[in-house]
Amino acid sequence: MSHVIACIDGSSITLAVCDYAAWASRQMDAPLDFLHVLGKSEYPIPVDLSGNIGLGSREHLLQELAELDEKRSKVALEQGRIMLDAAKARALDDGVTSPITSRQRHGELVDTLIEFESDIRLLVMGRQGEQGDSAGEHIGSHLENVVRTLHRPILVIPADYTEPRSILVAFDGSATTRKAVEMVAASPLFRGLPCHVVMVGADKAESRAQLDWARTTLEQADFEVTASLRSGQIEEVLCGYREEHAIDLIVMGAYGHSRIREFLVGSTTTHLLRKSTVPLLLLR
Amino acid sequence: MMNSIRQNWFSNIRGDLLAGLVVALALIPEAIAFSVIAGVDPKIGLYASFCIAVVTAFVGGRPAMISAATAAMAVLMVTLVKEHGLQYLLAATLLTGVLQIGMGYLRLGSLMRFVSRSVVTGFVNALAILIFMAQLPELTNVTWHVYAMTAGGLAIIYLFPYVTRSIPSPLVTIVVLTALAMFLNLDIRTVGDMGELPDTLPIFLWPEVPLDFETLAIIFPYSISLAVVGLLESLMTATIIDDLTDTSSDKNRECKGQGVANIASGMIGGMAGCAMIGQSVINVKSGGRTRLSTLTAGVFLLILVVFLGDWVAKIPMAALVAVMIMVSIGTFSWSSIANLKKHPLSTSIVMMATVVMVVTTHNLAIGVFVGVLLAALFFANKVAQYKYVSSTLSEDGLTRTYKVVGQVFFASADKFVDFFDFKEAVDKVVIDLCQAHFWDITAVAGLDKVVLKFRREGTVVEVIGLNEASSTIVDRFAVHDKPGAVDNLMGH
Repeated sequence: MSHVIACIDGSSITLAVCDYAAWASRQMDAPLDFLHVLGKSEYPIPVDLSGNIGLGSREHLLQELAELDEKRSKVALEQGRIMLDAAKARALDDGVTSPITSRQRHGELVDTLIEFESDIRLLVMGRQGEQGDSAGEHIGSHLENVVRTLHRPILVIPADYTEPRSILVAFDGSATTRKAVEMVAASPLFRGLPCHVVMVGADKAESRAQLDWARTTLEQADFEVTASLRSGQIEEVLCGYREEHAIDLIVMGAYGHSRIREFLVGSTTTHLLRKSTVPLLLLR
Repeated sequence: MMNSIRQNWFSNIRGDLLAGLVVALALIPEAIAFSVIAGVDPKIGLYASFCIAVVTAFVGGRPAMISAATAAMAVLMVTLVKEHGLQYLLAATLLTGVLQIGMGYLRLGSLMRFVSRSVVTGFVNALAILIFMAQLPELTNVTWHVYAMTAGGLAIIYLFPYVTRSIPSPLVTIVVLTALAMFLNLDIRTVGDMGELPDTLPIFLWPEVPLDFETLAIIFPYSISLAVVGLLESLMTATIIDDLTDTSSDKNRECKGQGVANIASGMIGGMAGCAMIGQSVINVKSGGRTRLSTLTAGVFLLILVVFLGDWVAKIPMAALVAVMIMVSIGTFSWSSIANLKKHPLSTSIVMMATVVMVVTTHNLAIGVFVGVLLAALFFANKVAQYKYVSSTLSEDGLTRTYKVVGQVFFASADKFVDFFDFKEAVDKVVIDLCQAHFWDITAVAGLDKVVLKFRREGTVVEVIGLNEASSTIVDRFAVHDKPGAVDNLMGH
C-alpha cells in the first residue's frame, strides 16, 4: 500500500508513463517502482512442414524450441533492463526524491499485478501497450482486465505528458463515486489543484444535496471546488466540460455496474478510456 | 473470457492451420492401419479419428495435443471384435468414455505421479514396437514390389525435407507411391482392399446390443483396459507437449475430455481412441500451438477421406506402412538405449520389464502396472538399506545398548531383527529407537519379537523412544504437515 507502481513496456507511451509516475511520486512523496513484465509473447513459430519424425525427434525438438525461447528471452530481458534503467534515469530527471526501484517479472501482467496488489498505492499504466501503438481508439488488451481485477487506484494515461493543473471528478452520487470523492479529499496527490465536481443528471433536490456533500467534503480538505450539475449523455457532458475548462485529469469510479448491464448498455468507463485524451484516475 | 478464447484458438492461426493439415496426413494411416488390426472397416477408425480430434479440440485439457484412433487402443480390441462383433466394440467405446469421465472427476490423473520416468520410457518404447509390429502383416508373404515401395517411401519421408521443408514429406510419399502403383499397374494391396471407407459424413448410431448385465460383463473388462490405457497415453503425451511448448495443461480436464470424445465416437460408430505421442510431436514440430490445430487436423481428415475417398482407396498399403514406420521410429526413445548403460540397473530393469510385458500381452496397462510395481519394489529395497544398528557394552559388562538409526518397515524388519545378538548373556538390554522410524506393523512386530527373545534369555529389555519412532505408522498424515514435521521426520 506504499508504492507508485508504473508499468512500462516497449511502447511509445512509456515516456509519458515515466513522467506521470514521477509526478505522482513527487505529489504523494511515495517511493516509485517501475515494473516490466515479460509476457509469454506470441512469437512467430518457425515453420517446418516436413511432417516427419525420426531418430530422437522429440529430444531434438525440445532442444530446438528451448534454444529459441532462450535466445528471445535473453534479448527481452536485456531490453527490459535497459528500459527500466532509462525510466529510472528519467524519473530522477523529473525530480523524484523518493527511492526509485525497478523489477522485472515473467508472466501475465494481470497475475503479476495481483501478486503485488498489497504494495500498490497508485498504479500508472498507458492506455495501450506495445501492440496497440497504431491502433487508434483501441484500448490496450490488458487494460480492461487490470482495471476490473485490481482494487487499487489506477492512473491510465495518454501518450503525451502535461503536468496536471486542474482536475475533474465525475460524480453521480453512487457509493463508488462517493468513495472516489473521499479518496481525492484524503490523498495528497491533487493537493493544491483546483477541483471541478461534475454531476450528470436531472436538476433535482436530491442531486443537489449529493453534489453539495461532495463540495463540502472537498472544501474541507482545502480544495478550491467548482461544482456543476448538468444534464445530458454522461460521456459527452464530461468530455465537453473538460474541454471547456481545459482540465488535465479526470477522476472517476470504474466499472460500477455488472458486466451484463455493461454488455447491454455499454460502460462509461470503457467509453471514456477510449475517447479521453487526458489521464483518467480510476477508483474502484 | 474473450481473451482466453483468443489465446486458446486464434493466437497462431497460420501455424495451426498448416500444422493441422500436416497432422491429418499422419492420422489417416494410423486410423486405417489400426482399424485393420482391430478387425473393423477403415471407416470405423477414420470416423473415430475425426470425432475424437474435433471433440478433444473443444473439451480437452491440453491445447495442441492430437487425439484420435490409436494403436495403443486398437490392439486391446482385437479379441472383442473377433468374438462379439462390431456392435459390442461400440458399446465398449461408450463405456470407456463413461469410465474416463468418472476417473477425471475422481482426479485419478494425479496417480500419474507413481509412474516413474523409466516406466514412461518403457511405455513409449513399447508403443513404438507395437506400432511397428502392426505393420508386419503388410510386409509378410508379399512380392518384392511391396518392399521396394516401402523402402522408397521411407527414403522420400526422410530425404525429401532436404529438398524443401514446406511440403509434408508423408504427403509426397503417399502421392508418389500411389501414382507409381497406378502407373505401373502393380498388383499390390491398397487401402480399398482393407474394407469400407467413409462415403458420407458420420451419422448418429446407437450400438445394437442388448442392454443387460451380460453385455456389461462382456464389455467391462475391455472398457476398463481401454480407459486406463487411453488416459495413460493421453497424460503422458500431455506432459510431453507441456515440456515442448513450455506451457501447462489441465490433466483432469484432459481425462474428462477424453471420456467425452470417446462417448461421441461411440455414438457415430467409431472406435475408442486417445492422444497420440507421435502425431502430437509432429503437430508441435509443424508449428501447431492452440486448440485450432487439433480441430483442423480432425476436419481436414474428414474432408480428405470423404471427398477424396476414391483416391484414398487407391493408396497402396505400402505407402501407409512407410508412414507408420516413421511414426514408430519417431515415437521410440532412442536415447533410452544409450542410457541403458548409464542408468542404474534397477531403472533399466523397470524399463525393459514394461516393454516386455506390453509386447507379450499387447496391453499397455499391464506393462505399466508391472513397471510401477517393480519400481516400487526397487524403491522399497533401496530405502530399506538406510538403516544401521550400533551397539555398546557398558563398562561393567552387564548392559548392552543398541542404537537403531534409519527406516524400519516390511522390507527391512527381518534385517532389523538380525542385528541383535541374542546369544550374548547380559542382564539388561537397552534399545534406543530415538533415531529410527517404524513405518508399519511389520516393524512393530519385529521389535516385539526382539523383546520377547531377549526376555526368554532372562534379559531385562528397555525400549527408549518407541513413541517417536512409531508415530509414522499412524496414517494420519496431517501430523507430518505441521511445522517442524520435517525435523521430526529426519531425526526427532
